[in-house]
Amino acid sequence: MPLNILCCVKRVPMTGGRIVLTADEGAIETRHLGFTISPHEECGVEEAVRIVEAHGGSSTVLTLGPPEAEEQLRDAMALGIDRAILLQADAELDGGATAAAILEAIEAERAAGTEYDLIFFGNESADAGNYQVGIRVAHALGRPCVTGLKAIAVEDGAVRCEQEVAGGRDVYRVPLPAVVTVKEGLNLPRYPSVPGRMRAKRKPLETRPVAAAAAGVEKVRLAVPAGEGKQAQILGHGPDAAPAVVEVLRSVGVL
Amino acid sequence: MSTLPGRARAVVIGAGIVGNSVAYHLHQQGWSDLALIDKGPFPNPGGSTGHASNFIFPVDHSKEMTALTADSVRQYRELEVFTQSGGIEVARTEERMQELRRRMSSALSWGVGGVSLVTPAEINEMVPFVDESILVGGFYTEGVGVVDSLRAGTLMRERAQAAGALTALANTEVLGIDVEGGRVTRVHTTRGEIEAEIVVIACGVWSPRIARMAGASIPLTPAVHQMIDVGPVPRFADAKSHIEYPIVRDMDTNMYERQDGAGLEIGSYAHRPILHDPEEIPSVEEAALSPTEFPFTQGDFEQQMEHALELCPEIVGDESVGVKYAINGLLSLTPDGMPILGETPEVKNLWSVAAVWVKEGPGVGRSVAEWMTHGESEIDLHSSDIARFWYHQKTRAHGRARAAEGFNKTYGIVHPGEQWASNRDVRLPPFHSRQVELGATFFEAAGWERPHWYESNADLVEEYGDRIIRREAEWDARWWSPIINAEHLAMRDGAGIVDLSAFTIFDIAGPGALAAVQRTAMRQMDVPVGRVVYTPVLSPGGGFKADLTIMRLGDDLFRVVTGGAHGPADRKWFSDRLPEDGSAQLTDVTSGWTTLGLWGPQARTILEGLTRDDVSNEDFRFGTCRTIELDTLRVLASRISYVGDLGWELYVPIDEGRRLWDMVYEEGRPHGLVPVGIGVYGTTGRLEKCYRAFAFELESEYDVVEAGMAWGKVKEQDFVGRDAHLRQREQDPAAILCTLTVDDHTSKSGVKRYMLGREPILALDGGRLVDRKGRGSYVTSAGAGPSIGKHILMAYLPSEQAVAGERLLVEYLGERYPVTVAVADSTPLFDPENTRIRS
Amino acid sequence: MAVLVLVEHAGGRADDVSQQAATLARGYAQAAGEPLQAVLFGPDAGAAAQSMGTLGATAAYVVVHERLTAYAPQAWGRAIAELVETHAPSAVIAPGSERATEAMAHAAAFADLPLAANCVDAVPGDAAAVTRLRWGGSLLEQARVHGRTKLLTAAPHAVEAAAASAPSETVVTEFTPELEDADLVVQVVERAQTDAGGGVSLADARVVVSAGRGAGSAEGFAPVEALAAALGGAVGCSRAVTIAGWRPHTDQVGQTGTKIAPEIYIPCGISGATQHMAGCKGAKRILAINTDPEAPIVANADYAVIGDLHEVLPAITAEIEKARAG
Repeated sequence: MPLNILCCVKRVPMTGGRIVLTADEGAIETRHLGFTISPHEECGVEEAVRIVEAHGGSSTVLTLGPPEAEEQLRDAMALGIDRAILLQADAELDGGATAAAILEAIEAERAAGTEYDLIFFGNESADAGNYQVGIRVAHALGRPCVTGLKAIAVEDGAVRCEQEVAGGRDVYRVPLPAVVTVKEGLNLPRYPSVPGRMRAKRKPLETRPVAAAAAGVEKVRLAVPAGEGKQAQILGHGPDAAPAVVEVLRSVGVL
Repeated sequence: MSTLPGRARAVVIGAGIVGNSVAYHLHQQGWSDLALIDKGPFPNPGGSTGHASNFIFPVDHSKEMTALTADSVRQYRELEVFTQSGGIEVARTEERMQELRRRMSSALSWGVGGVSLVTPAEINEMVPFVDESILVGGFYTEGVGVVDSLRAGTLMRERAQAAGALTALANTEVLGIDVEGGRVTRVHTTRGEIEAEIVVIACGVWSPRIARMAGASIPLTPAVHQMIDVGPVPRFADAKSHIEYPIVRDMDTNMYERQDGAGLEIGSYAHRPILHDPEEIPSVEEAALSPTEFPFTQGDFEQQMEHALELCPEIVGDESVGVKYAINGLLSLTPDGMPILGETPEVKNLWSVAAVWVKEGPGVGRSVAEWMTHGESEIDLHSSDIARFWYHQKTRAHGRARAAEGFNKTYGIVHPGEQWASNRDVRLPPFHSRQVELGATFFEAAGWERPHWYESNADLVEEYGDRIIRREAEWDARWWSPIINAEHLAMRDGAGIVDLSAFTIFDIAGPGALAAVQRTAMRQMDVPVGRVVYTPVLSPGGGFKADLTIMRLGDDLFRVVTGGAHGPADRKWFSDRLPEDGSAQLTDVTSGWTTLGLWGPQARTILEGLTRDDVSNEDFRFGTCRTIELDTLRVLASRISYVGDLGWELYVPIDEGRRLWDMVYEEGRPHGLVPVGIGVYGTTGRLEKCYRAFAFELESEYDVVEAGMAWGKVKEQDFVGRDAHLRQREQDPAAILCTLTVDDHTSKSGVKRYMLGREPILALDGGRLVDRKGRGSYVTSAGAGPSIGKHILMAYLPSEQAVAGERLLVEYLGERYPVTVAVADSTPLFDPENTRIRS
Repeated sequence: MAVLVLVEHAGGRADDVSQQAATLARGYAQAAGEPLQAVLFGPDAGAAAQSMGTLGATAAYVVVHERLTAYAPQAWGRAIAELVETHAPSAVIAPGSERATEAMAHAAAFADLPLAANCVDAVPGDAAAVTRLRWGGSLLEQARVHGRTKLLTAAPHAVEAAAASAPSETVVTEFTPELEDADLVVQVVERAQTDAGGGVSLADARVVVSAGRGAGSAEGFAPVEALAAALGGAVGCSRAVTIAGWRPHTDQVGQTGTKIAPEIYIPCGISGATQHMAGCKGAKRILAINTDPEAPIVANADYAVIGDLHEVLPAITAEIEKARAG
């Protein structure tokens, strides 16, 4: 059965070893940083592409972000996603408002004749970590939502989902249409090929404005946690340090 | 871990390939108490060395760059970090093919062997993943290879450390540099202070930031070079080493493709210039990859993907091959494309070794270490000297403008006469508007706009008819006009007025002034007031550091006049050698005086029409200067000539310059005076007279004897390079500067071709001419000699060939033309008795 | 009004993260001058509910429903939302575990209320002033949470669990939500065992030895595996390693990998990007092995050895064997 898949992704900066904030402490200073699709959602994109490759159908990638998020949409299309929707918002929205904006877009798609069988979200975004957007959208659509997935298989109008839990995996089986939120490790995403990148440039991308909404969780300011001020005790250089290391292991009680 | 020494003889800042190499070579030169610090970790502190593509193509049109690269390759080989792969520069167009033929000539000129032109089929045979059907041909260089620059740097550092000469400290950031009395004294770091005799800035893209801590300026601009790595490539699955195929430079698209293990690396210089600011490069911790690996901007690479797909469809078009790594890597660009080396003019003992790429790193390290030790290096570094920049050339805006313009020329076809388009009209003489009215075509020198020829003289081209050699080939005629030759002949027939505003002029004054100029100038400077002396300035080893004129204006006042382009470096050279006791001062008066040249048989008549002073040959001899009154102006007139005709250089305060121009122009017109451009002054006029030019014939690799300028006896007073010069006089010169004329210009296609300079001079059998010191013969200057009706070449020839009448060949764009040695000394071709200038 | 705390339990008592959440919730309730009440799920919640007094809860609601036999996130969310509706608490605070977070998101969707996840501090008010984690804890956000009932989850291991100074009497009440079929569509149907290999799981290991790009290749992990084996620990890796395909994602320590809490963590050739540090914050001690003494990981470590892992690790392994033999 061919599937129509929507994959929701978030544009996040690729941070280094130290996060620097903007002067107003409202955001991360990204002047020198590149951006990527949040890691969980990269796997969602890969999974969506694989499902369409295996079952037929089509895939759409959607993001809510600044105009520059087109870069992440093109990245997803370079990997094989067919089309893209950019919900353009200048400011960061909270989980509730994000879900509302995505819902509105899905409804507009439905009105235009596009119904999604399977909608992918990341379990949580790498930056805000709100853990709720996919679930809120599922609720509004009246669809089941399975979260934190490490394996997905589409079978006979249903989707079999595996969630990692201590000591094993919990298995769920829900009928389509459904919403899933996934985690990194679901698959190993491919790298874009050059022809893929070139095709991505020509694939359709639709932009819709998103109005600012009152935030239920209203960001006041950000702060980088104070370091613990650890001054590592240098046990030595090179192999000569081995006895000192063993001494530490013994004192910690793991030897 | 090492601890910071309290003091060091030299502190080298920056542990990329350059800093490691400088430290190592200083140790090789016998230095100890060296410190090398970097704010990043070893072995990859996060600068450009860490992400460099690390391949080396040895052939460059610049002799200096080729020599530095050759020395670097020798060192990389010695360190066993060089893997020879061969490399092909491919052409998609006929125009590029001509450029590749020019590269063949450069290889011959600079003695790089193992080069050949190859057909598309041959390219495909060597690099089977290339689609040869879109190619016209290629230039293969056997000696192309890939180096491990991080390893090379590490080995050099460790050798110096092992010898006990060097303390190296990673993660040590420079916070400040103290300067006292104009000299560096101390470096402040995150680990404490180091007292330092000498500080070397080898900080790549950070260099401007560090220099500014000491109040000095290193005008480089960090710019992005885009690079992607795709893989795994099925064809490379069994690759045993990281490089097994020749590297391909797709010159017409400003790109390169090279196998790297199982991947293909694709780099580009084609995108829009993306410039950064040295002050805003992120820290090691802040950066996602490294401080000099910025996030890739895909939008700038779209066209390049298509170009790569055209050239390597098998790999780039493979859906299973992914883009695994993509960066905007930072590299250093400078206003003129050359490195920035040497002691900063602002601060004593503060050295810059910046804007150096991996391909020339070790060679630069060695050369700068020699320079620091001996006052000069084996390889002449004048094109890279930090002192070459005029004030405005050190501004951020100029640096960025030229970096932006120069970036896309990285693989470009750059004509030797090509002019910059950006940031022009910076230095204008007072009579600039007059020149514009006369239709001048301006060339730039040190920011000055100088007329190269005047459209107002176009009619003269018709007038002189067959005496003017036209150039049929577009390349030969680019940045050139037959009007130059017409102006030349008109000057020889009547008179010419030449704008010499670009001269750099500085006065040396005080009780110690004579001693100061004696010490720097080779010729006798203890001459009567009012004498003008043309003199070489020598390096300690007896090579040319400069050639210039010095006027003695008073017992304690000398005025030095030198060319615009090398003026700042010459000023530093003199300034550095002033008496320690402060008994002489140097004052730059370049912007105080403007200069007009008035030459030609009618020059005296014209001058006489403007002055009541005696300017007769008897009263105003050649080689003298004095102040005369021209109508309402007081003018310093200096009777010398670089064009071989009677006349004067006329100096007035810059605000009176336009009046002088108008006066001379109006007085001269009835006597046949024409405005004459630098095309005559710099080329045709001087070549007919066999006058040498600095940076062309005169450079530190050749000496006064070889240049044919060892006339007269050596003055008794000591001067820099005297001992070496005396030795050189005792020896038979290995090469002699000769003037040659071209016997037949006809190419195979029947089009007459005219050499532009830097072409190899060959024996009749086509073999290279190499003197006993290993220096090959090449054309130092080329240009028309309108008065003698010949195309003139200058070249140093091995003494066996340096014989008038000797028949040789010159190679130009892949073809060879017969030439004959006209004179094997400095005897002029035109007016050999010099009756004109002395009349 | 009251403050509700969702408590997950095992063996008749609240689990660790729920105790932490309860500690945060108790402080919140005290500041608001309101009683603390617990919410527990499951037919076997009775015993645990009795112990809620030690956490300071004066009441405990045990959610029971005949159809609620296995974990069903939407049903849990429905139940919480109904409690919010019927009891109008000023806040519901849940532990930041996967399940509780999921249930709270469902509750927030049902109740149409904001939800702030992973709070480390919360002060009641018309808008609650919270500090919450972003970037897996590499960044803190100060936020104001609106809504008539504040829905929060407490970041695991951010607040130290403490018993109430004076245990209270707990009134235990059963609460039966009105579930719909749709609330039970998502239910665990099967438990697949994955740790058949018998190795130590990364999340539970007492010792974790990891390597990053510095390993150089998949084969480069040999000395890492050898040391982990010698210590009876687990092997971990950085995200760069999984992306390169050298190790499976299950070995990845980090914000988007496994969060570990060993007695000692030994990262080798790992620079310490924020993504990685977010996964090893729970380690009691860190012993970094790195060629760069200034790498961020060293700044976050208790001990460090400066050197290449390929040289240092075999020496340590040999030293351990020597010590054991001796």
